[in-house]
Amino acid sequence: MTTETQPTESGDIAAIEGVTPEQLRAQLLDGLPSKTQRKRAKQVLVNDPDSPPEIGANSRTIPGIITQRGCTYAGCRGVVIGPIHDILHITHGPVGCGYYSWMTRRNLARPKPGETNFMQYCMTTDMQEDHIVFGGEKRLAEAIREAYRIFKPKAISVYATCPVGLIGDDIHAVCRQAKEELGINVFGFSCEGYKGVSQSAGHHIANNGVFKHMVGLDDTPVEAPYKINIFGEYNIGGDAWEIDTLLQKCGIKVLATLSGDVSYDQITQCHQADLNVVMCHRSINYMAEMMEKKFGIPWFKVNFLGAQSTAKSLRKIAQFFGDKVLIDRVEEVIAAEMAAVRPVQEEIKAKHQGKKAALFVGGSRAHHYQDLFADIGITTVSAGYEFAHRDDYEGRDVLPNIKIDADSRNIEELDVEQDPVRFRPRISPEAKAKLVEAGFTFSDYQGMMREMKKRALVIDDISHHELETLIKTWKPDIIGSGIKDKFIIEKMGVPCKQLHSYDYGGPYAAFTGAINFYKEIDRMLSTKVWSFVVPPWKN
Amino acid sequence: MRKIAIYGKGGIGKSTTTQNTVAGLVEMGRKVMVVGCDPKADSTRLLLGGLAQKSVLDTLREEGEDVELEDIRSEGFCKSLCVESGGPEPGVGCAGRGIITSINMLEQLGAYEESVGLDYVFYDVLGDVVCGGFAMPIREGKAEEIYIVCSGEMMAMYAANNICKGIVKFAKTGAVRLGGLICNSRKVDRERELIEELASRLGTQMIHFVPRDNDVQRAEINRKTVIEWNPEVPQANEYRTLAKAIEGNTKKVIPTPLEIEELESLLMEYGLFS
Repeated sequence: MTTETQPTESGDIAAIEGVTPEQLRAQLLDGLPSKTQRKRAKQVLVNDPDSPPEIGANSRTIPGIITQRGCTYAGCRGVVIGPIHDILHITHGPVGCGYYSWMTRRNLARPKPGETNFMQYCMTTDMQEDHIVFGGEKRLAEAIREAYRIFKPKAISVYATCPVGLIGDDIHAVCRQAKEELGINVFGFSCEGYKGVSQSAGHHIANNGVFKHMVGLDDTPVEAPYKINIFGEYNIGGDAWEIDTLLQKCGIKVLATLSGDVSYDQITQCHQADLNVVMCHRSINYMAEMMEKKFGIPWFKVNFLGAQSTAKSLRKIAQFFGDKVLIDRVEEVIAAEMAAVRPVQEEIKAKHQGKKAALFVGGSRAHHYQDLFADIGITTVSAGYEFAHRDDYEGRDVLPNIKIDADSRNIEELDVEQDPVRFRPRISPEAKAKLVEAGFTFSDYQGMMREMKKRALVIDDISHHELETLIKTWKPDIIGSGIKDKFIIEKMGVPCKQLHSYDYGGPYAAFTGAINFYKEIDRMLSTKVWSFVVPPWKN
Repeated sequence: MRKIAIYGKGGIGKSTTTQNTVAGLVEMGRKVMVVGCDPKADSTRLLLGGLAQKSVLDTLREEGEDVELEDIRSEGFCKSLCVESGGPEPGVGCAGRGIITSINMLEQLGAYEESVGLDYVFYDVLGDVVCGGFAMPIREGKAEEIYIVCSGEMMAMYAANNICKGIVKFAKTGAVRLGGLICNSRKVDRERELIEELASRLGTQMIHFVPRDNDVQRAEINRKTVIEWNPEVPQANEYRTLAKAIEGNTKKVIPTPLEIEELESLLMEYGLFS
């Protein structure tokens, strides 16, 4: 085990294994061609939580660098819309895009009695060369008709893949016609894979489509004392269910979780909520903003990963409603849950206090999981997102200063207006002012860097070279990452937890999930299996 | 087998010139295949006497994989062989990909095999090389000799110069060379001198000056090449001369495209801007 200077709970990160963050940064940048070095220098930063330095996030990956990123189609169909379980998802393109997005994310669904579940299905127009040459619109129209005939879904959603964009099939016209013909909701997404620097573009396109084609369609009243939506929660390994159960205990009703185990009707009715809370800011802040403008629903950031963070988030929701009964109920629930969490947390913390984690994943996960690790005394010494933007690193106050480049201009920005009938401020200006005065924040995200240790190393869109150098130099005890890096990390003797899919585990959200996570990390850190493996060439 | 592609600005008379020249070659006893690479599928109409030719892509679509050479290749004037690539209607799909598909199909079906005994294959390609698909005929292993149809009109020369840029790109990696410019006269002042000068600046030659003659239109109305329609008229001899010039041509070069200023000053020099 390492005996060098360890980061402490409160202190800055000084030197790890005798190497300071500044030295490691120099090492990561050393030897790169000058142009690449200039670019990476803006994406590899030594953190200052009091005034986060500007990071060159959401920029094009440098060719030749092995990146963790996905494509725009993956962000749209795979992440944001895919989890809607009772609509049909048709991928318009050659068979691969549809096939390889078939249940590859562990966004689970458990429909209520009487509800349909199409999650197990994979539908594609299976374009052949013929359809590329002569256009695929007729093929798509037929596919929609056929799918409707067999399944009679409430809605059908169509996704454009790269070749569809190249040959210019008008999927939106086909969807409009199908909608008229079949009498159900049919809509399309121009989410061609190449459209953006990462899957982040796909999230934005998806948000726009969900807002335009689903949100606000059904005004059938939904009655409950405290109605909220949870945004940016994808029910990986059942996370959303844990959060749902927890909120239910508190007496709070979740109208819709966008998008984790959610039904079409839940989305079309979710504009009746009193409040939107945002988990993954990156993938869904657009929706929160648009719903506030159109319907007057306020939003704020929460985090249900980590026991402390969950408690904090619950208290904030209760404070928003300002109802004594709710506030007390929430405290009771927290006390009861923490009673179960604490013994496990303490036992595991005692074993692993002072260990080091590094997280390179997602657009919010690299931030959220730091809280879970902190619960058991593990410090995140380096972290970075795969596809997030500057605001996710530095906080939303940098939004006005983010340079809109050609790549982001490529993605439509909806012009949203206040709904003349249904706009209703959910909180009176006086009550809101009072809350704000007391330090309550709305439409807030402070970003990851403000909550990380001083001089932690922040690395955006990390490359394999950088990851390997970091592992060799700083020797983190555990890394949270994705499938593209997992086995490289483990070959280097370091356990890796996939934080996209949770490998085969989860749920890790809420108090119950936190317990699972502590135990899982304890298991991974306690086994020495990776360090026993001797590669054949060293035998 | 000589593999020739005809390029040039849209509407300049590529298809007419190609078919009339091919008529001259087949009349001389040469075995020639014409491959129309235009989605409109009208490159072999004169050789086939107006017969609607089923295009490669239509056949592929209707018959599936089970396509035979006979389904897509028809015999025209003097045993010339005619193929139309075909393609989507305007505004849909990808015509460029269509050309790639159909040329590959022809190769697989053995349309170029030695046993066919071809002396020439002619590719008649859509006006501009707008994307990779339209460059297919000049890629490695396909056409090795390009003739550009042009006239003394500025845009036609501009297009010719652009096509030369495309040829340079593919010449660097393959065998494709420029064989010359065919001037299809529009009766522009000093047209012959102008095109001869353009050709020399491009490092090539004007292989023939085809005068304007309404007999070409008369033959077209009758769905025939001039040679078939009336072998005695002077225009028939023009095409015979062009056919012979191509047959005897040994000057095949990598062109030297002009800068736009140079092209304009050339037009100036020949009085077109005055």
